Amino acid sequence: MAISTAEEVDLIRQSVRSLCEKFPEFYWRETDEKKQYPEEFIQTLTDEGWLSVLIPEEYGGAGLGMYEAGVILEEINRSGGNAGAGHAQMYTMGAILRHGNEDQKQRYLPKIASGELRLQAFGITEPTAGSDTTSIETTAEKRGDKYIVNGQKIWISRTEHSDLMLLLARTTPKEQVKKKTDGLSLFILDMKDQKANITIRPIDTMINHATTEVFFENTEIPAENLIGEEGKGFKQVLSGMNAERILIASESIGDGKYFIDKAVEYANERVVFNRPIGKNQGVQFPISEAYMDIEAAALMRDKAANLFDTGENCGPEANMSKYLSTEATWKAANAAMTTFGGYGFATEYNIERKFREARLFIVAPVTNNLVTSYVGQHVLGLPRSF
Amino acid sequence: MNIYVLLKKTFDTEEKINVSNGEIEDDGAEFIINPYDEYAVEEAINQRDAHGGEVTVVTVGDEDSEKQLRTALAMGADKAVLINTEDDLEEGDAFTTAKILEAYFEDKEADLILGGNVAIDEASGQVGPRLAEYLGIPYVTTITDLKIEGENVTIEKDVEGDVEIVETSLPLLVTCQQGLNEPRYPSLPGIMKAKKKPLEELEIDDLDLDEDDVAAKTKTIDIFLPPEKEAGRVLEGDASEQVQELVSILKNDEKVL
Repeated sequence: MAISTAEEVDLIRQSVRSLCEKFPEFYWRETDEKKQYPEEFIQTLTDEGWLSVLIPEEYGGAGLGMYEAGVILEEINRSGGNAGAGHAQMYTMGAILRHGNEDQKQRYLPKIASGELRLQAFGITEPTAGSDTTSIETTAEKRGDKYIVNGQKIWISRTEHSDLMLLLARTTPKEQVKKKTDGLSLFILDMKDQKANITIRPIDTMINHATTEVFFENTEIPAENLIGEEGKGFKQVLSGMNAERILIASESIGDGKYFIDKAVEYANERVVFNRPIGKNQGVQFPISEAYMDIEAAALMRDKAANLFDTGENCGPEANMSKYLSTEATWKAANAAMTTFGGYGFATEYNIERKFREARLFIVAPVTNNLVTSYVGQHVLGLPRSF
Repeated sequence: MNIYVLLKKTFDTEEKINVSNGEIEDDGAEFIINPYDEYAVEEAINQRDAHGGEVTVVTVGDEDSEKQLRTALAMGADKAVLINTEDDLEEGDAFTTAKILEAYFEDKEADLILGGNVAIDEASGQVGPRLAEYLGIPYVTTITDLKIEGENVTIEKDVEGDVEIVETSLPLLVTCQQGLNEPRYPSLPGIMKAKKKPLEELEIDDLDLDEDDVAAKTKTIDIFLPPEKEAGRVLEGDASEQVQELVSILKNDEKVL
C-alpha cells in the first residue's frame, strides 16, 4: 500500500474540494427533491479516479489506504454533497481483494477501478433478520457448476445503480452447522446477467439514498463467483464491515464540519436585536461543543483508519469512531438547526436536507445501540446485553 | 518541445493579511500556486499534449515551495525544479528572480517559457519580461490564446479588454492572463504519478551565482494595509441639490476635480 505524505493528503482534500465546487448545493437539493441518483457526480468521481482509491495499483487503482479514502468522503460531505451515492464502490470490492482468488481479482478489480463495472450493492440485511445476520434465510444451493439463489433482501442501497452485488446467503441450513456463523457464503452476483431472475423494488425514504428491496427467484451464480471457502462468508463480511464503519464515520465527520461551517457563518452574519446572533451563548455554545466532539471523533477515526491500513485489528476503534462521529454530528446538526431558526426548515438553506441525511448514520449501517453493546461485551468484557 | 513554467507560491486568496513592524506575517498562512501561474501550468500541459515534449516547472523560493511544485506535477507537469534561496538571500525583487532564472536557463534549450501575467502578492509583472530580455528571446504578456504551428506562433493578447493578435516564433516567453484556459485540479491518478516524478533542488551556488550578483535593485521602505473603508455618506435634498453637493465634495474635500 502506498503511504501519503501530509502534503499529499492536503492535495487530495484540495482536489476533492475543487471537484465538489462543480456540484454546488443546488445540485444536491435538486437530486434530493427529484429523488434522483447523482449520476453525473458519481461519473466524475469515477473518471477522476477517486472511487478506486483503495484498489491496488496492479489492478488499476491508486493503492492508497482507508485514511485517504476517508478524507475523500469527508470532503464530499463537507461540501454539502452526499457521498453515500458512491461510497460503496470504494470498499465493497474489499471482499474480493482480501478473500477472492487471483482469477476473481483479475476479472473484476480492473473493471471496478475504471468504473466499467459498478460493485456498490451489498446484500446482507433481510426483513426477518435485521442486525441478526446469522439468521438470514436467503439460500444458495449448489447444483452442478452453479449456485441457485432464492430469498429476499431489504435496505440494499444502490441496487439499481450497480452491475454487481456482493451477496451473503446460506449454503448450509443453520440447524446443520455447529456454529451459527458457519454455513454462510459470500458471492459475486452479476445482476445485469440475472436481470430476469431478480426483482428490485425501490423503497421511498426520508432521504435520497436509492435503497431497495430485492427478491431472488432461482437466481444463478456461477460456482467460480463464490468468494473464498464455502460456509465461511460471515468472517469475510466482518472485515468489510470495519472498513464500512470507518468510511461512514468519515462521511459523518464531513457532515459535522458542514454544519459547523454553516452555523458559524450564519451566526456571525445574522443580526437580530442589533447584534450577530452568535453573540448569544445559547447559539454559540452548542456550536462550540459540537465542534469539540467532532474534532475528538476525527481523532478516533484517524486511529481506526491507521490501524486498518497497517493490517491490525481495528474492530473496537472502527465501531467507536462510527458511534462518536455520528453522535457528534447529530449534535452539530441540532446546533445548526437552532442557529438557523425558521430558515433551517426552508429547503433552500440546505440545512434540513443535511439534517435528514445526518440522522441516517445513527442507525445505518449499524445502529449505535449495537455499537454500544459491542463495546460493553467485546471491549469491556461485560455480559451480553441482548 | 521543451516547455518551462515559471511558478511562484502566493498567499491563499482567502488569507487575511496582517502586517506587523512593516512586515507581512506569514506564520501559519496557507499558500497556493499563484492563480495566474496555474493558467501557465495548464497551458504548458495542453501544448505538450498537442506537440509532444516535456514540461518542467521552475520556482525560485524556499523549502515550502515544494508543495506548489508537487501540485503542478500532480496536475501533469513532468519535472520540477526548486531553486532554494532560503539560506542565501535575505531579500530579493523582480531583478533577483529574473537573474537567477537567467542563470538557470543558460544551458537549457527552452522552446517555450510560460509564466503568470503577475503574481497576486507583489504584482510587479516583471520577472517574465526581464528574463526574456536577458535570454534574448521574444515575449508577449497577458496572453489569452496560444497557437503553435512548427516554429510559428499566433497569440491573442489581452489589451485592457480588447484583443491584439500577435505573430511571433519560438523560442518564446509568454505570460498568461485569465481566459486563456480553465486550469485543472489534480486527479487521484495524477497525485499518485507525481510521487514518482523528479523534483530537483538547486541553490544559487549551483548556478555559479553569489549574493552580490542578484542583490535587489529596489528597496522596500514600508508596508502598510489600505485604510479601512469608512461608512458612506447619503446625500439629501432633491436631485439638483444632491448633484451640487456631490460636485462640491469631489472638488473641495476629495480634490479629484
